Parts: sequence; C-alpha cells; structure tokens
Amino acid sequence: MLTLDADGKQGGGGGVDRRFEVLPAGVESNGEGGSLLEISMGPQHPSTHGVFRMDVVLDGETVVRLKPVFGYLHRNHEKIAENASYLAAMPYTDRLDYFCSLTNNWAYALAVEKLAGLQVPERAEFLRVITAELTRLQNHVCLAGFLMQDMGASGTPLMYGFREREKILDLFESLTGARMMCNYMRFGGCRTDAPPGWLEEARGVVDRFPRFLDEFENLLSGNEIMMARTQGVGVLTRELAVSASVTGPVLRACGVDYDLRKVDGYGIYPRFHFRVPLGDHGDTYDRYMIRILEMRESLAILRQALDQIPEGPVIDPKAKLRGFRPKPGEAYGRIEAPKGELGFYLISDGTANPYRYRVRPPSLINLTVLEDLCLGHNVADTVTILGSIDIVLGEVDR
Amino acid sequence: MLGVGIIKGLAETGRNFIGSYFDRDRLVTVEYPEQRVPLRENFRQFPFLVHDGQDAAIGLRCVACQICEKECPPQCIYIEKSKDKKPDHLGKPQFFPAVFNIDISVCMSCQICVEVCPFDAIKMDQDFELSTADRFGGLLLGKTQLARPNTHFQRIHPREAAEIDTRRADERQKAEAKAKADAEAKAKAAAAAAAGTAAATTTAAVDAAKPVGARPAPTTVPGPASARALPGAGAGTVPAAPSEPGGQV
Repeated sequence: MLTLDADGKQGGGGGVDRRFEVLPAGVESNGEGGSLLEISMGPQHPSTHGVFRMDVVLDGETVVRLKPVFGYLHRNHEKIAENASYLAAMPYTDRLDYFCSLTNNWAYALAVEKLAGLQVPERAEFLRVITAELTRLQNHVCLAGFLMQDMGASGTPLMYGFREREKILDLFESLTGARMMCNYMRFGGCRTDAPPGWLEEARGVVDRFPRFLDEFENLLSGNEIMMARTQGVGVLTRELAVSASVTGPVLRACGVDYDLRKVDGYGIYPRFHFRVPLGDHGDTYDRYMIRILEMRESLAILRQALDQIPEGPVIDPKAKLRGFRPKPGEAYGRIEAPKGELGFYLISDGTANPYRYRVRPPSLINLTVLEDLCLGHNVADTVTILGSIDIVLGEVDR
Repeated sequence: MLGVGIIKGLAETGRNFIGSYFDRDRLVTVEYPEQRVPLRENFRQFPFLVHDGQDAAIGLRCVACQICEKECPPQCIYIEKSKDKKPDHLGKPQFFPAVFNIDISVCMSCQICVEVCPFDAIKMDQDFELSTADRFGGLLLGKTQLARPNTHFQRIHPREAAEIDTRRADERQKAEAKAKADAEAKAKAAAAAAAGTAAATTTAAVDAAKPVGARPAPTTVPGPASARALPGAGAGTVPAAPSEPGGQV
C-alpha cells in the first residue's frame, strides 16, 4: 500500500499524504479529504483467476482507478507457432484457453481450412459441434461456480459445477485421450472417430444435464444475497460494449444480438434450431443469467446434433499431416468460443510454417472494459465483476 | 418474501447431500489410491516404443527415420541413427535407433509423434504414476525404458492394436509370398541358365527365403567376453555365461 502524488506516481514515503486532483468522469469521491490508496490486487490474489494484477486506486472502499496488468503468463504462443509447422501449433492452441481446448482447436482448424481450401466431412462437422457445445457447457458451469466462489459462496456451487464438468471431461477423455489438452481437431476433420458407445454416453450426459441446471438455478438464481451482490453492479452499456469490441456472453448480456453461430453460420450451425439469449441491463447478474440460458440452448443443439449425426469418414482424405504447405495467402477463421469471438489470423507464404499467426483472444478484449465496469464500485465488487467477464489468463497473455 | 431464495437453495444443498449417498450421479469422485476409475481406452499419457517379441533389442519397430523428432512440437525427442542395419518384420534391412531419448518433463502428450509415425513404432502409454525425486535423470527416458512389448500395447489399446496387428500380418504375408515367388523365379531362371550349378542355386533360394526376423551376424564384437552374449542385448539383460568362468568380470 502506497500513498500517491498527484501524477499517480508513488509518493516518496515519509507520510506524504496527497490525493488525486482529478477523478475520472462520473466518479465521485465520498471521502472528505481522505487519502487515496493504491492496492495491487494480484498477481497471486486468488480472485484474479490466474496470474493477473489489478492496480486499484481506492478512495475509502470505492474504486477510483483501475489498471489491469497482465503478461505474467506470456508464453510466446504466436512466435512459437510461426516457427513451427502448421500441425505443431495445434497442441499449443489447447493451452490458450485451457478450459475450452476443443473450441480453440476448432478456430485454428477453421482458419487453416480456409487457407488451404479443405472440406470437412459431414460426420466431423457434427463431432465438432458436439464437442464445442459440450465445451460451452463445462465452461459456463465452471464460470458460474467461480463467480459464486468470488462472492464468498465457498465451495458448494463450484463443486456442483465441477461435478458436472467431470462427466463432460470423462467424455472428452474417452473421445480424445485427454481431459483438458484434447488436441482433437485436424485440418479437414477430426483426429479419430468417436469410439463405440460414445455417442450414447454423450446422450446420457446431455439428458441428465437439465436436472442439474434446474437445481443450480434453484440454488442461486433467486438467492437474495447473490442478487444483492450482482444486480446493478458493473453495468456495461451497449455503446461501450460495441465500441470496445466486446464479444460473447458479456456483449449479449447488454442486449446486443451478436452470436457468430448465427451471424457467420460457420460449420453446420445454420442447420440447428436454437435461440440466442439476450440480457437487458448488462450487469453482473445478467452476465450470470446469460450463461445459464446459453447452456439450455447448447443442450438443445446437442440433442439435435446427437440425433442427426451421420455415419462416414471424419477427415478429408486430401488433408495430410506431414509436409502441409498451403498456398500463399491469408485467412481469418473465427468461431463463437464460450468466452466470445475467438479468431485466428494466418498468413501463408507457401512454406511449411505460417508467416504470421495471430490470435484474437476474446478474454483479452473483454478485459479492456474492466475499469469502466469497476469505477465507483467497492473493492469487493471488482472481484465479482472480473469473475463475470470470464477470463482465462492462458488466453489473455498467450 | 426475503429469504425464500436462500431457503430454497438450502433445500437444494440438502437434496444433493442426501442424494450423494444413493445417486452415483451426485457423487462422481472415488478414494483415489485405494479405488481407481478404469482408464479409458483412448487415454494417453507419454509415448513408448513398441517392440515385437520378448527382446526389445531385436524386435523394436522403430527404424530411426526421425520423423517424430522433427514433428514433435516441444522437441522432446532425440534420436541417433545406428551405423548398421537389422531386418524388420518384413525381412528388409533397416536402421534402428542407437539412441532414442524422450524427455517426459518436456513432452506435452499431444500424440503427434504417434500420428506421424509410418511404422506404428511409437504409441501412447497409459502409465501416469511417474513421480520421481530425480528431476533430470529420472524424467529423461532412454531406449530401454521406453521399449514395451506389443502385448502391453494390445492390453492398453485393444481396438487399435488389433487393427495394426492384422495390417502388419497382412504385410508380412504379402512380403513372404513375394520373397517366395522371387526366389522360385530366380531358382527357375538359374536352373534354366546353368543346369550344371544346381547346388549354388539352392543356396541362393534358401538365402532369399530366409525366415523373417532373423538377425545377421553381429558386425562388431566388442570383446571376447561378450561374444557369447546375445548380440545387442540390453544392458539389464546380459546373461551370465556359465560355461565360461572368468569371462564375466
């Protein structure tokens, strides 16, 4: 904890007690000449979902300035991928948003398929949709659990969420071989077909999931403490959300109808009937509720996909693993990942490794509005607001 | 009324608590070291090298082509090709890895080495209890530690192993048939060309139809003591030679 001078620099100690001359617009100081306090929340703070630091300036309990500081988990993902073959970058995409490795795989595969003009067989498209929607389920269920954990509901909702996630991870394990680092999609399809009985097992999980969702909502959605902590907290306006290019559930919670599954219709999503839930207030409660509603829609997609999945090959026979050299060109593949628009931008110069490889991470871009959401709220609310934005530091820092 | 939501929530926790005693769906965890969940067939941990038969030194499928070394994303494989060759399952002479190291502290279990291997020589193991106090040496696995028999592969991945075994058996049958046909053709041609040198052609035919998997004579003999030992036997499997007292130090 440090005292600050007017420029926001650290004061020279010695009990120099100065205050900010100018507060950001819309923020009123409630202290009567009280001193401002700069607190560094993180990078080891348990509420920050990883190694993330918030440089918070407080007036009493009120946040008057907040600077997100990240990069503690920087792993040079893009540069590694530019120096490795196209295939070798695939397992690294698992490690971006390590909750949703399958959607990361899909986004990268989509970009490379656009670049190389590969066709994905029917069955592989269905498997992709099934795994992506299962990923969405387990991401959202964990998010809701972590959000409650951030609010002080220690354990119970999170463990209920993890219990359901466990069943989905078991499905991933038996399909792809790993629970989190799946590395399942390949350019032009999927690596393996579903093992015998897998689709029935998936159907069982999907059929039992609504019971859990109902219980979870009974537990939380009407809970007065939770409502008091989240309603009206961290309101994101529509204009700000759009101008800051926020995507995903955070954007839809402010009522902007933008879902890439509908807008882009990538893969075979146009074939499925589902609705895009929209929020109204853009506060933390809406962001929570959007996730619950999205899970119900995901279940609808899963039921249709599991009903309609055809037999057939799972990979384009023209696709080759080794010596993959797409023609010179560029491509941008984007999908609706559970956290928002996940895009991969690739430039090929005709060699075995991409000339440029760029990730558009939804977590990082959604995080840019954090200060606007937190200003004027209490310190304790910054934790829930951060939790409701749903970041994973593996993706923010890359 | 204020508090109804909380009471409803408490009822839910109560239902889950009591339900966890009866409903498998509400309690998915097991007491790990004593109880174990059966492993899924597709589950993968770290790679191992498959060898046919009992002796890893003879049956190793790897031909040291170094494709996996090149394709490995974190570059955790190190291979040195042998100077001499040994016959593979089709009887073709092939190189074998003199050194094959995998640093499993670097390996990220992505399975790309398995996918790119054209010889079905490297596969994913399911052994996950690998903690060791030796951080560097204990996690750098050499050829002898990596080699596992095909029976192990058949046990952990039955579906995949069955498919590969049939394919290899087919290849082998075809190769044998071809070798036989070649030998017969050769023998016929030789017989037609020179009927007088019948003895020589028989030996040629025998040579060509030599049973697959047979090893050529060892090219390098390090010393008189190991001349009796199995050629190429691993360090741990050098048998004591009882007929030659004093030969083993």
